[in-house]
Amino acid sequence: MSTASGSRIGTPAKPDPSSFTIKPRRHYGRWLATALILLALSGIVRAFALGQIEWAVVAQFLTAPAILFGLVNTIIMAIAAMALGITLGVLFAVMVMSPNPVLHYSAKGYIWFFRGTPLILQLLLWFNLALVFPTLGVPGLFAFRTVDVITPFMATLLGLGINQGAYTAEVVRAGILSVDQGQTEAAQSIGMARPVIMRRIVLPQAMRVIIPPVGNEFISMVKLTSLASVIQFSEILRNAQTIYFANGRVIELLIVAAVWYIAVVSVLSIGQHFLERRFSRGQANRGRGR
Amino acid sequence: MSLDPRKSSQPQLTARKVTKTFGSLTALDAVDLDVMRGEVLCIIGPSGSGKSTLLRCLNQIERFDCGAIWIDEEMIGYRQDGDTLYELDDRAIARQRLACGMVFQRFNLFNHMTALQNVMEGPATVLKRPRQEVRQEAIALLQRVGLSDKHEAYPAQLSGGQQQRVAIARALAMKPKLMLFDEPTSALDPELVGEVLTVMRDLAASGMTMIVVTHELGFAREVADRVIFMDCGRIVETGAPDQVLGEPLEQRTRDFIAAVLS
Repeated sequence: MSTASGSRIGTPAKPDPSSFTIKPRRHYGRWLATALILLALSGIVRAFALGQIEWAVVAQFLTAPAILFGLVNTIIMAIAAMALGITLGVLFAVMVMSPNPVLHYSAKGYIWFFRGTPLILQLLLWFNLALVFPTLGVPGLFAFRTVDVITPFMATLLGLGINQGAYTAEVVRAGILSVDQGQTEAAQSIGMARPVIMRRIVLPQAMRVIIPPVGNEFISMVKLTSLASVIQFSEILRNAQTIYFANGRVIELLIVAAVWYIAVVSVLSIGQHFLERRFSRGQANRGRGR
Repeated sequence: MSLDPRKSSQPQLTARKVTKTFGSLTALDAVDLDVMRGEVLCIIGPSGSGKSTLLRCLNQIERFDCGAIWIDEEMIGYRQDGDTLYELDDRAIARQRLACGMVFQRFNLFNHMTALQNVMEGPATVLKRPRQEVRQEAIALLQRVGLSDKHEAYPAQLSGGQQQRVAIARALAMKPKLMLFDEPTSALDPELVGEVLTVMRDLAASGMTMIVVTHELGFAREVADRVIFMDCGRIVETGAPDQVLGEPLEQRTRDFIAAVLS
């Protein structure tokens, strides 16, 4: 392209670009930010190294039987409560989308109630169910004493799972709505019945939208199990507390619990990454900017 | 147009007084229609004239308010007992839909499945036929629509024309008695229209009963046995392609054809 003053016919003489040397620009701002962050980090590390923490105690209790037992309980509870939550979530999402007004409003009511009350309050309610109903069962057929059925494990499972279902229902509903109506019509046109369309066509595609938030909620759930320490469920935080009530090493045992929570959550994050990849099959955009 | 010996005078599909309203809008106003076995029928008309709605009613994707439709003497949507009609359940309606294959304007391929899986899904999941046999048929169908090299491609990796050809193969995999096409080339780039029309032309030549909603007047003139012009939910004019497209009797048909060709 010729310059304004140059002629349009002859090419103005320009030096060969390969003879230039290029000096990259200096990113002073980046260097400054890096220095500040490193300084802050070293300050934090130094504070913890010099603070009143006996790291030997942390190391000693990291694999203590009571802690490992609590860890297993935490993991079992997180998985069980999430399984219950997802099952209820899918069920209530389908109910909310049902043309039947009774199904629709009862599902709406469920979501409204369990999203509207604090989780810890729900746990306490389940745990104290015996105060309301001394026995559970079908009158005339069978009955159990509530205190035998609603153990700390059951109360925690019901509390966390049913509460989770209310949130997951909304996530699943959003996922189902994200699948184009044309997919259902195409499935109908090859003679699929409604339940098969949901299972084979709609839900697999909704998964792409459902998995990231549900993965997030699973990670939340791992940590929410710690609330069950107030109703005597032996998860990791409660067992750490039991130990520090005895030996007074409060911070050390809290650090032990924190290490295990972070470890479990890290494993889950990796799992989520692979699950997301599995369900983005056939998608041109796999969720990364380019 | 010479009459194909395979094309009989026995109606495969009969619609009587089919009516459908959306709120205050009458989409179909007492439509009567007979489609013969092996006939290729093209429906033309301005948008909102009810032609897509008619097609969707034939396949029960849309419920019609009154009237009746029979395919091969079987009333669709209802079980008839004397003068009483019993509404069919989902399962029975799903079974009745097997009579019609449908091709959509926006293809509607299953996005999470490859081309081959899309074609296999119906026979394998709905008809529960052995996978190996279904697979062989699906491979043959993809070859028929010219996509032998695209078995493992996902819809997002295919052009619009290729997606629509997979969609035709998916519909054919169910061995339907008749095929419904809802503006199959309207969402395509102009240079991709031809490949889809070629597949449809071959299908027509094979003796398939076809109802095609289209704006491709050239295709209608060449392939159709009969052309219907619809406007405001009614069939305004019906006849041989040369007559309806060449020397229409109705002013509205003339106006529409002039507008499309301009």
